[in-house]
Amino acid sequence: MGREIILLFLVVCAGTAGELCVSRAMKTVGEVRNFHPAALLSVMLRCIRLKWMWLGLALMATAFFSLLWVLSLANVSLVVPVTALSYAAGTVGGKIFLRERVSPERWAGILLVSLGVILVLVGRS
Amino acid sequence: MKAFTDLHLKTYLSILIMVLFGPMGNVLLGKGMKRIGAVAIRTPAELIHTLMLVFSSSVIWLGIASLITFFITYMLVLSWADYSYVQPASSIAYGVVALLGHFWLKEVITPTRWLGVLVICLGVFIVSGTPPRTTEPV
Repeated sequence: MGREIILLFLVVCAGTAGELCVSRAMKTVGEVRNFHPAALLSVMLRCIRLKWMWLGLALMATAFFSLLWVLSLANVSLVVPVTALSYAAGTVGGKIFLRERVSPERWAGILLVSLGVILVLVGRS
Repeated sequence: MKAFTDLHLKTYLSILIMVLFGPMGNVLLGKGMKRIGAVAIRTPAELIHTLMLVFSSSVIWLGIASLITFFITYMLVLSWADYSYVQPASSIAYGVVALLGHFWLKEVITPTRWLGVLVICLGVFIVSGTPPRTTEPV
């Protein structure tokens, strides 16, 4: 179970950290309003010049390969529900790194997700 | 009135595609990886061998295609529907994964685990029902 826990930790943390990095990069680029192919291409060219984008993509790739690895060891019905913890990691990360405000409803939801993950982990067959 | 109904139908269909293809992608990845067997990587040669097995598996590619379908539908639906409307609906996906795992992959799911999945769905529903933007745009 030890290796599964480490891999699940990587799926959740590297995935969330990756999304936070990409989010930070996209906030530097600014809101995309024009969806014309040429405009989207120019947004992409601006994106690939950002260090945060590359760091984000590397972290997201790490999360994807960790997901594949852990799926070779554990059941889908265990792995996917546990990855819901990314909502908790994302909120905590968003609060700390992006200084987002978190409402009490959101904290309540995260508490429920965490409780559910504990039930999934203890409810082993 | 007709345009209103069409928009609703389009949104419901898109959400249906999302909650089917997202979980199906994960289940197919699981099926593909189980077929490869428990991965143990100790040497660079083993790493390359495993990667070759992964990327030559049609089931895994089907899983990736499913996840891409999910992602594109998600992007499209967000172009006309509200994020706060679409996101809570996606919480059903955790239940769908458990159902697919149970009926398709024949995984044994204990009552405690079903309860856990239900609580997660509820938690994700509440989390994603909160406003998507709480800070001013940069």
